[in-house]
Amino acid sequence: MAIEIRIPTILRTYTGGAKAVDGTGATLEEVIGDLESRHPGLRDRLVDDSGLRRFVNVYLNDEDVRFLGGLSTPVADGDTVTVLPAVAGGAR
Amino acid sequence: MPYGEAMLTIARELVDKIVAHARADHPDEACGVIAGPVGSDRPERFIPMENAERSPTFYRFDSMEQFRVWRDMDDRDEEPVVIYHSHTATEAYPSRTDVAYASEPNAHYVLVSTASEDDVEFRSYRIVEGVITEEPVKIVEAYG
Repeated sequence: MAIEIRIPTILRTYTGGAKAVDGTGATLEEVIGDLESRHPGLRDRLVDDSGLRRFVNVYLNDEDVRFLGGLSTPVADGDTVTVLPAVAGGAR
Repeated sequence: MPYGEAMLTIARELVDKIVAHARADHPDEACGVIAGPVGSDRPERFIPMENAERSPTFYRFDSMEQFRVWRDMDDRDEEPVVIYHSHTATEAYPSRTDVAYASEPNAHYVLVSTASEDDVEFRSYRIVEGVITEEPVKIVEAYG
């Protein structure tokens, strides 16, 4: 078994159009590193020098990883990681 | 890339719901989604969202509410056909931050302005890779 990562429309250019891809790793950071090895460029859309990008939401199963352990959140086979770009904006 | 005509066709009842939501939350920005069947380009299911920022100058969907709503849409083979929000003191035109965070290339981005008490501005845009394209809005009584 692997970890399923669900990819939003706007990032499917990195996955050849796939809505979901498999990955491996013991933490979210390792899973993102594993994805990067097969889908170059994806990591840069998810993380920056300070950690997860502010306007990207990442969920482990049903929880926002910001309320878990961020990039060091432990993951296990059979888990689902969902990526959703935040919907945000404003008057300025 | 966006599909369908370069126009938003939307039922009057949904326009009224967006305007009512924007008025109710004024002076904070209101935001939400209208879902429709994938590929249909037809807004059908009105989903008002909480503005997690509760701000007159910024909006952001609550991350857990967004997760539930996006999963529901996935289960129903829907997508966000319209993503709307209000500007409460400025015109209904996408701001720099609206463009920076626009992340649904297939969506019609609807902006309403509640800056005037008498009149609500209701406009629609495509925002793809940083480029804003305004499109006409066709309000219909029912979808044909």
